[in-house]
Amino acid sequence: MARTRYATDRGLIARMGATMFLIGLVFTAFIIVIVWLLSSYSNVSSGGIVFIAVLIGAAVSFGSFYWSDKIALSTAGARLVGPQDGPMAAELHGVIDRLCALANMPKPRVAIAPTDMPNAFATGRSSKVAVVCVTEGLLRRLDRNELEGVLAHEMSHVAHKDVAVMTIASFIGIMAALLVRFAFYSELFGGGGRGRGRGGGNDQNALPVVLVMLIVGMIVYAISFLLIRLLSRYRELSADRSGAMLTGQPSALASALVKVSSDIARIPTRDLRAAEPLNAFYFAPALSATGAQMTLSTIFSTHPPLEKRLAALEKISQQLSR
Amino acid sequence: MGLLDVLLGRTKPVPPNLDALFALPSAAITVQAATDFAPTGTGSVCFRAAEGKAFGDIEKDVKDLLSMGEAKSSVEITADSYGFTWLVCTHQADDVEGLVTDLHAVNSSLEAGGFGPQLLCTILGFRDSSGNRLGLVYLYKRGTFYPFAPQAGERRNNATEMQIRGVLADDLRIEPELGRWFPVWGAPGL
Repeated sequence: MARTRYATDRGLIARMGATMFLIGLVFTAFIIVIVWLLSSYSNVSSGGIVFIAVLIGAAVSFGSFYWSDKIALSTAGARLVGPQDGPMAAELHGVIDRLCALANMPKPRVAIAPTDMPNAFATGRSSKVAVVCVTEGLLRRLDRNELEGVLAHEMSHVAHKDVAVMTIASFIGIMAALLVRFAFYSELFGGGGRGRGRGGGNDQNALPVVLVMLIVGMIVYAISFLLIRLLSRYRELSADRSGAMLTGQPSALASALVKVSSDIARIPTRDLRAAEPLNAFYFAPALSATGAQMTLSTIFSTHPPLEKRLAALEKISQQLSR
Repeated sequence: MGLLDVLLGRTKPVPPNLDALFALPSAAITVQAATDFAPTGTGSVCFRAAEGKAFGDIEKDVKDLLSMGEAKSSVEITADSYGFTWLVCTHQADDVEGLVTDLHAVNSSLEAGGFGPQLLCTILGFRDSSGNRLGLVYLYKRGTFYPFAPQAGERRNNATEMQIRGVLADDLRIEPELGRWFPVWGAPGL
């Protein structure tokens, strides 16, 4: 059997595994604390808060997962294109056809967003309804090799089912945030009712329970937020890696990254704000920090810093030429 | 991909399936017997060249290897506009077996060098008496074949393709998903 040049990055996989384990751990601890709180201070209003938070959290997560393709496409103002819809669409389909045949995966749908900001994203709940979307700015600025690199990166997101993984990972954060919000409102509005004798004999417990929930929710939200961002950065790195290995051209992807990142930094703020909700799925983040902001923004960012991505691609390039 | 691969975000490069290629000579005879199409003696291997010297060396070795063989075959390397490299081998029209052996030599050199996942497809060219073109495309990653009948102006003759699919149903594993019959416009040697 021939040797393989496509070694997996064990360090990256170990770090990603550890991050997911921590997210699972936080999730479990969160549930245990909530159940413990409810069982030791059984109380109608706190039980209701938890129930509603879980229900709404699950509905929001499921909705954003199930309709991820439609939501992302309409947010970006993108339209689906077939191979016959003009030269840009034909080129895009040609590149994606070949990548699909190389990677042995079903062909995703293809969309173009009429934005000048050069970027791309992939979304959709499964590989059957996946959409790969690029902006017109990206098509104009990149040559075909670089475009292929970007598309290979996006198709790796589809292959890794990143939409599903990130939705599940975000679920806990959404729930914690909702819990904090509801607990806060019930403090604010329900709190005054206690003195007027509403509820039963457990009333003296209502304040501490809801307060504890508020604090627990905030802590869980903060931790899970950081962990999810960390996971997102690892998944970007592994999409870079898989994409570069699929085309065998890590340098083309690196060159695309440099072009896209420097162009994004130059565009006006109005565009940036409009693009912000889609950040997690984009090829490069629409908000990029510079200089002193770098360290703090790194741990809040959905994407790894440019230098880190370039260094990782350089390593693959060396591996391939050996 | 398994669940663990999804969770850890690792895609393994897909190794090519090389052996199914040897079904081509008998399939060519079937096509010739059942339709007006006959092999042109031209076949090609398409791959995505990886960057770096290692791949370049292998590519050069392959070319040397093939042009050293019998004088009746010729090899030509061209790049298409998508950045893919095509190695076009030309034999005499009736020597499909020799052609397939040459194509297989290309594949095994790439695979031995560790670049098997870079292989995209192989095309065997056919032509009928009125000059219509037909390519039998082999997808390395799927291990399946499909017919591709290009016409002028980037249109494909679906009727011919369906007819060929019926003819070859017993000889080759035809790609069952029509969505994967991707067009290879302007494929060299077709």
